[in-house]
Amino acid sequence: MELNEFVQSFSEEFEDTSKELFTPETEFKNLDEYDSLIALSLISMVDEKMGKRITGADLRACKTIEDLFNFVNSK
Amino acid sequence: MNNPFSLKNKTILVTGASSGIGKSIAVESSKMGASLIITGRNEERLEETYRQLEGENHLKIVADMTKYEDIETIVQEIPQIDGFSNNAGITQVVLVKHIKQSILENILSTNTVAPILLTQLLIKNGKIRKNGSIVFTSSLSGNYCVHYGEGMYAASKGAISGFAKGAALDLSKSNIRVNSVCPGIINTNLFETNSVLTKEELEEKQKYFPLKRFGQPEDVAYAVIYFLSDASSWVTGADLKIDGGYTLL
Repeated sequence: MELNEFVQSFSEEFEDTSKELFTPETEFKNLDEYDSLIALSLISMVDEKMGKRITGADLRACKTIEDLFNFVNSK
Repeated sequence: MNNPFSLKNKTILVTGASSGIGKSIAVESSKMGASLIITGRNEERLEETYRQLEGENHLKIVADMTKYEDIETIVQEIPQIDGFSNNAGITQVVLVKHIKQSILENILSTNTVAPILLTQLLIKNGKIRKNGSIVFTSSLSGNYCVHYGEGMYAASKGAISGFAKGAALDLSKSNIRVNSVCPGIINTNLFETNSVLTKEELEEKQKYFPLKRFGQPEDVAYAVIYFLSDASSWVTGADLKIDGGYTLL
């Protein structure tokens, strides 16, 4: 999966946040809508679309969407 | 001194004994004098539990509860027992929109189908003595409350609690008692691995428990020991919440 496609999939787990706010550099934990429910959604999204299992701790360790993308690819 | 809570001269089968609540039940039951038959998937971790058992005459069987042949092996290999504590359980925290058949089948297979089939085979083969006791480790989840992403787990635990009541009635003729315990949040790997909360959020969450802490595996083990012992001779079909008062609020 390409980075842009990942950013797109990432944004689709949010309902109320404007799509323009999602870029590789977005510090996603600063988004108002980000909470433990979104975290659960993201874990499932990564599992479904990339076949990788990540944890809540992995999400906490990543700052930007690109960090997460790189982390998932390194697994 | 007479102690009605003692498990002396009782042989107890404990599944899911390689970690968490099951491990604690095995170890604490051995301290109460029971002979244990412990099963678990992971040979190394099961051995670790085995080494912690007090006393002698214990047995260990490596078994994967999702494989019917492993359930059959357990039943073939064990002697007659006085008690059976079922703990083998898994979870995966998934919101409804991300549920998949494979995950659902995996959870139901371990948490619901396997314990029912193991109970059936134990009964059919006369492995549980008259006056025996069966205890299912169920959950608050699916019986009293539920958290986000726990739908599949809740379904599996609600189902096993329902089965426990049905079995309690069917087996009353043989004076075999069937009860279940419903723990809230217990400090185990199962919980730690599946939580998406930060350390601070977990600290905060403990404040919602009237008794101001999460449970320890031993908190559940002592309740299971009560149900396995003769102290609970007239208790069947019961369902004990062990939640530090969580559901009071």
